[in-house]
Amino acid sequence: MVDREKVSALVEKAKLESLEEKDILINTLHKIQDYFGNYVPVEAAEIVAEELGVPKSKVYEVLTFYTMFSIKPRGKYVIRVCVNLPCHVTGGREIVQILQESLGVNFGETTKDGLFTLETTSCLGLCGVSPVIMINDQYYGDLTPRKVKELIENLRKGGDER
Amino acid sequence: MPLAATTILICAGGACISAGEESVKQALEKEIEKYALGDVVRVVETGCMGACSLGPLMVIYPEGVFYQKLTPQAAKKIVEEHILKGRIVKEYLYKMPTGEAVPEAVEKLPFFARQVKIATRNVGYIDPLNIEEYIARDGYFALAKVLKQMSPEQVIEEVKKSGLRGRGGAGFPTGLKWELTRKSQGDKKYIVCNADEGDPGAFMDRSVLEGDPHTILEAMAIGGFAIGANQGYIYVRAEYPLAIERLNIAISQAKEYGFLGEKIMGSDFSFHIEIRIGAGAFVCGEETALIASIEGKRGQPRVKPPYPAQSGVWGRPTVINNVETLACIPPIITKGADWFRSIGTEKSPGTKVFALAGKITNTGLVEVPMGITLKELLYEIGGGSSTGKKIKAVQTGGPSGGCIPSEYFDTPVDYESLQKLGAIMGSGGMIVMDEDDCMVDVARFFLEFTVDESCGKCTPCREGTKQMLKILDKITAGEGAEEDLQELENLATVIKDTSLCGLGQTAPNPVLSTLRYYHNEYEAHVKEKRCPSLKCKQLIRYVIDSSKCVGCTACARVCPVNAISGEVRKVHQIDNEVCIRCGSCIEVCRFGAISKVSP
Repeated sequence: MVDREKVSALVEKAKLESLEEKDILINTLHKIQDYFGNYVPVEAAEIVAEELGVPKSKVYEVLTFYTMFSIKPRGKYVIRVCVNLPCHVTGGREIVQILQESLGVNFGETTKDGLFTLETTSCLGLCGVSPVIMINDQYYGDLTPRKVKELIENLRKGGDER
Repeated sequence: MPLAATTILICAGGACISAGEESVKQALEKEIEKYALGDVVRVVETGCMGACSLGPLMVIYPEGVFYQKLTPQAAKKIVEEHILKGRIVKEYLYKMPTGEAVPEAVEKLPFFARQVKIATRNVGYIDPLNIEEYIARDGYFALAKVLKQMSPEQVIEEVKKSGLRGRGGAGFPTGLKWELTRKSQGDKKYIVCNADEGDPGAFMDRSVLEGDPHTILEAMAIGGFAIGANQGYIYVRAEYPLAIERLNIAISQAKEYGFLGEKIMGSDFSFHIEIRIGAGAFVCGEETALIASIEGKRGQPRVKPPYPAQSGVWGRPTVINNVETLACIPPIITKGADWFRSIGTEKSPGTKVFALAGKITNTGLVEVPMGITLKELLYEIGGGSSTGKKIKAVQTGGPSGGCIPSEYFDTPVDYESLQKLGAIMGSGGMIVMDEDDCMVDVARFFLEFTVDESCGKCTPCREGTKQMLKILDKITAGEGAEEDLQELENLATVIKDTSLCGLGQTAPNPVLSTLRYYHNEYEAHVKEKRCPSLKCKQLIRYVIDSSKCVGCTACARVCPVNAISGEVRKVHQIDNEVCIRCGSCIEVCRFGAISKVSP
């Protein structure tokens, strides 16, 4: 159940931070998403629409356009894989393959245990140590299929991100 | 604070962090505490020093000793030996190709020594969280000069005279952009910093934002004064959380010191800056899409004209400048346009930051004068290929750019010369490829990216790129026909001519440039169903050479899908039906018994 008061408070907070109120939708949604972990529940989005006085359709439009927003719950660990050329030429294709195999999901999907969501990302700007992935807010560079496998196993066992 | 006898600069750029910088710093601090050196040794986390392949790294001053590939154990040893006993720890020094270990790598290594730093002048030298370090390096001096001694017209004139061109890709003259916006009518104007760096392989903006955030604030205030804007936005991509954090800190420091806010430095000029965070959409780097996103809408571009100079954020005149462009502004004001013009070439003055990535020895960031040749950049500074194989081509300008084959590496790097070759400067990403890279695969890869990132508003880009990708998929799977190559060219031309924004108009470039320079590779795929670079998975098989295999089982153990079978000390076999062609087996085989073949 979405806590209405909490969502309203977050909208208020975003309003205070903004010099021009008309443009705060994306900022607000970031705050809401951080609060709920890593997705924006539809009910919360509806409250945002009411509080900001914008049509629900516009909120939905924005939520579904940007890849960083999700209206579906995501796993505890969101794994973002760079699928750009600098990572590709240094072995990124094998990284993608090993991730899909060991997690048993495709891009955009979450594992059944609710632990991992696999997503693509555009360049993370760490091409100097490619291939690179991001797990929640942490970056991992110079990866090999073996390192990735160890990383996943460690997280499965309840290890922390680093 | 008393002056420390020793200062240790430790690189806290994204790449070094991912390589374990945090634990090295903690080990350093622990040792410093252990030996009660806190009063004489200062540890400073700086922005990216550029040499990403050597990280984590540090420089110890006043000696200027450069240590690389550090670990917590290394940090302990460096404190015990170098700091306490004055003995350089040789094992962590940089080793020249000759094998000689050099303490002063920063001066001797061509990677550092050949750089001319303007945009990145402070990155890696100062603590980005400390405004006083920025001020100590002439920070906010340019803003003071502008407010006290110059009129807005004079500022614009100086920037025009410097010949500075937009570093985000198109190379539009910055001074002219400012002038157009100054002359536009509007009750309010805006200056926007485009920090939505999305070009794959380019990360110079990230390094400036993380390593020297104040320079962007100062430059935006100068720009605001010049065009008559009192408000600025920095549009940063959400993928750069560290940059956002450091910008926020910088903004509050600048407010505290009176460099932002009302009546700056006692003048009549007031200026405010706010951050807007993206949410993962490549197209938002396009200026009209970026404006839409700032306004809280879907980031979709619109038809130009009107240009943002006439109608930008909220329909008001708006200047949009890229991060690296802005970072050049303060030195142009303090040192003058003539100084800036003395560097670089006639039509492309100044320097450019390049991001070296892919199969090159010294990956990372370098800032060099425009007009340097690709050969100098890739071999002298970049150290050549990292794989021992010949460099085949370099891709510049990301998905909007093109491949430049090694035959053209004598070309000087400037806006016009690259364009002549069918590539573009773009934001300065250089992705190096060797003989193992298949150019058809590269083209397909970029198309996949464009299809994914196309916003869907206009048909040529949305549907056209999808059709091109389908054809390339066919070709790389060995199902292509000769007509397909002509069809690709036809589609490319239509998409280029009819797309709405820069994303679509440039999307076919990687295909066109590879078709131009590597037609033979396309033909091999189409006519012989063969991938000469052994890259396209559907066209290759893995085989074990029975004369070399000793049956050590290493390959069978590492294979993630159990495609390899065989008894101990007997020749192994690969089941190519099961094999996913990941290459792990080749990596572990110590006898060179496994290889790839394409019919």
